[in-house]
Amino acid sequence: MKLRRKKAFNETTFLLTITITLFFAMYIAGMIVFKNNGFARLQVFLNLFISNASLIVIAAGMTVVMITGGIDISVGSFVAMSCMMLAHMMERSGYGAIHSVLIVLLTGIVFGFVQGYLVSYLKIQPFIVTLAGMFFARGMTAIISQDMISIKNPMFLSWATHKIYLPFGGYTNRKGVLVIPYIYPTVIIALIALVVIWALLRYTKFGRRIYAIGGSETSALLMGLNVRRTRLFAYILDGFLCAIGGILFCLNTCSGFVEQAKGLEMEAIAGAVIGGTLLTGGVGNVFGSLFGVLIKGTIETFITFQGTLSSWWTRITIAALLAFFIILQSLLASSKLKKRR
Amino acid sequence: MKKALAIALVALVALSGVFAGGAQESAAPAASDNLIVVGYAQVGAESDWRTANTQSFKSTFTEANGYRLIFDDAQQKQENQIKAIRSFIQQDVDYIVVAPVVETGWETVLKEAKDAGIPVILSDRMMDVSDPSLYTCWVGGNFIKEGEDAGKWLIDYLKKQGRSNEKINIVTLQGTIGASAQIGRTEGFGNIVKTQPNWNMLAMQTGEFTQAKGQEVMESFLKSYPDIDVVVAENDNMAFGAIDAIKAAGKTCGPNGDIIIISFDAVAAAFDSMIAGDMNVSVECNPLHGPRVAEIIQKLEKGETVDKIQYVVEEVFDTSMDLPAVKATRLY
Repeated sequence: MKLRRKKAFNETTFLLTITITLFFAMYIAGMIVFKNNGFARLQVFLNLFISNASLIVIAAGMTVVMITGGIDISVGSFVAMSCMMLAHMMERSGYGAIHSVLIVLLTGIVFGFVQGYLVSYLKIQPFIVTLAGMFFARGMTAIISQDMISIKNPMFLSWATHKIYLPFGGYTNRKGVLVIPYIYPTVIIALIALVVIWALLRYTKFGRRIYAIGGSETSALLMGLNVRRTRLFAYILDGFLCAIGGILFCLNTCSGFVEQAKGLEMEAIAGAVIGGTLLTGGVGNVFGSLFGVLIKGTIETFITFQGTLSSWWTRITIAALLAFFIILQSLLASSKLKKRR
Repeated sequence: MKKALAIALVALVALSGVFAGGAQESAAPAASDNLIVVGYAQVGAESDWRTANTQSFKSTFTEANGYRLIFDDAQQKQENQIKAIRSFIQQDVDYIVVAPVVETGWETVLKEAKDAGIPVILSDRMMDVSDPSLYTCWVGGNFIKEGEDAGKWLIDYLKKQGRSNEKINIVTLQGTIGASAQIGRTEGFGNIVKTQPNWNMLAMQTGEFTQAKGQEVMESFLKSYPDIDVVVAENDNMAFGAIDAIKAAGKTCGPNGDIIIISFDAVAAAFDSMIAGDMNVSVECNPLHGPRVAEIIQKLEKGETVDKIQYVVEEVFDTSMDLPAVKATRLY
């Protein structure tokens, strides 16, 4: 058993190393190619985190359920529902910003519980359960309101626009304005969430159980682990992270709107896979998913800096990267099989 | 395991090579020359109108005219537009032009642009922000005027036909409810209807800007109201659907038919329809915002102030014109 765990860990490290190397290689390439356009500025790097803060948290949640061998495709719709709930509560129903945020977090936990219960106790395919969740959340968003609601709550806006300036890396732009690098609180929340989840997976019993049931459910059962409960908790955690992600998304866009965050689930899955999470479960790391998301962000930045390429090239490049990582994973799996023989 | 590692490394090197190569090949010129750098965050490429709008910017903001355009297609996603604006700020653009996907949610990123001292010009759609000083001005079509133009055209047309005092029954196929084009066109046409006591608006229903829905709604109108004189379709696609429904019901439309068809947008297919004698008139919704935006930028460069609301010129095209000749000069 000890040997197996070590092996799983090695695979995780190996895939993670590739992802991180790839990210830095791409980023440095960008700095060289777009040297004259300001790509090397610190703020460009920080923008990767600012623009993807919510996706980082959601991809972490996705990683947790994917390690159990599951998947959650409801996250994009859930984010839209969170934004709409926040917008509607603050602008139409007179709730305060803090109350609205707490209600959304609670909704995330409940949503995760329901999906988790259906997956673990009623043994329904996670894809189907979360597909239903996806339709439900998108539908609820429209039922709450079909309008585009702009959030003007002063407290919420002050959170959203509160810049945290960094003491270095400032520059004067062509207009003669001094631009000091900054981040938003969303980035800090996202990184804290990431570290907490990482520690949870790495150092707690719960984390080890998640890897165990994803690696092999039968052996986990034989070891006497409560597979169903562990899986349920994984989905609750995922729901909670989605709610945090939804709030961060809303802090970035300050509005509620039915069509928001369409396809976000696919970006989260892509981020996790590029980050070295196996779709079959048992292998994965939230930091890998972070870099998966950052790689996507870097490709997008490339395309806007380039300025004439169609932005659909982002998708094509992501497709190529996904293919690359999936092939890599299957090579790893087959080499593992050979060794066992 | 080792073999896999080797394959992975080779693939990695190859991939980063592709990246670097691909990017280098198309590296844009430095921003330090004398060109005015303009970043345009476009909605996407969902319609002919949009494509013509993009083309208008690309052909106006050329290096020959003293500009460098950084173009971003947001694929109908606001998140992408926000990212693009952030990237424009970092690229030290002189002006940011945005055709917002939605009206809401721009506070944060517009504040970033303002802090960096970069003026933001809106194209086509408005933004709903608490502080209007976050953007410099808005350029777009005047939907209310389009609706009024359509109404005025109908007054003239009926006068020419000697039907000014006749009772005129009208039905309207509205656009997607809540869209600014729907609100403006309904209001504008409504303003004219109020001034004409013999005009009778029988019904208004949404056809959601699509041909299929326009046809469906028109079919139900034809069943409920046997005596329709005029159909107002708030875009060309719905008008095409309505024409199909009218023909299927055994009635005729167009300049030589029973029912007058009034439409909006004036896309290329609308010209074909007018030439074929199915449609009477289409009021243009001009997508060629590029030259107008360039004009504004030139004023701002000289330090002049500009009006907050800037309408583009829009024309009315009907079957009395030499349509094939007009169509040949049009870009969309």
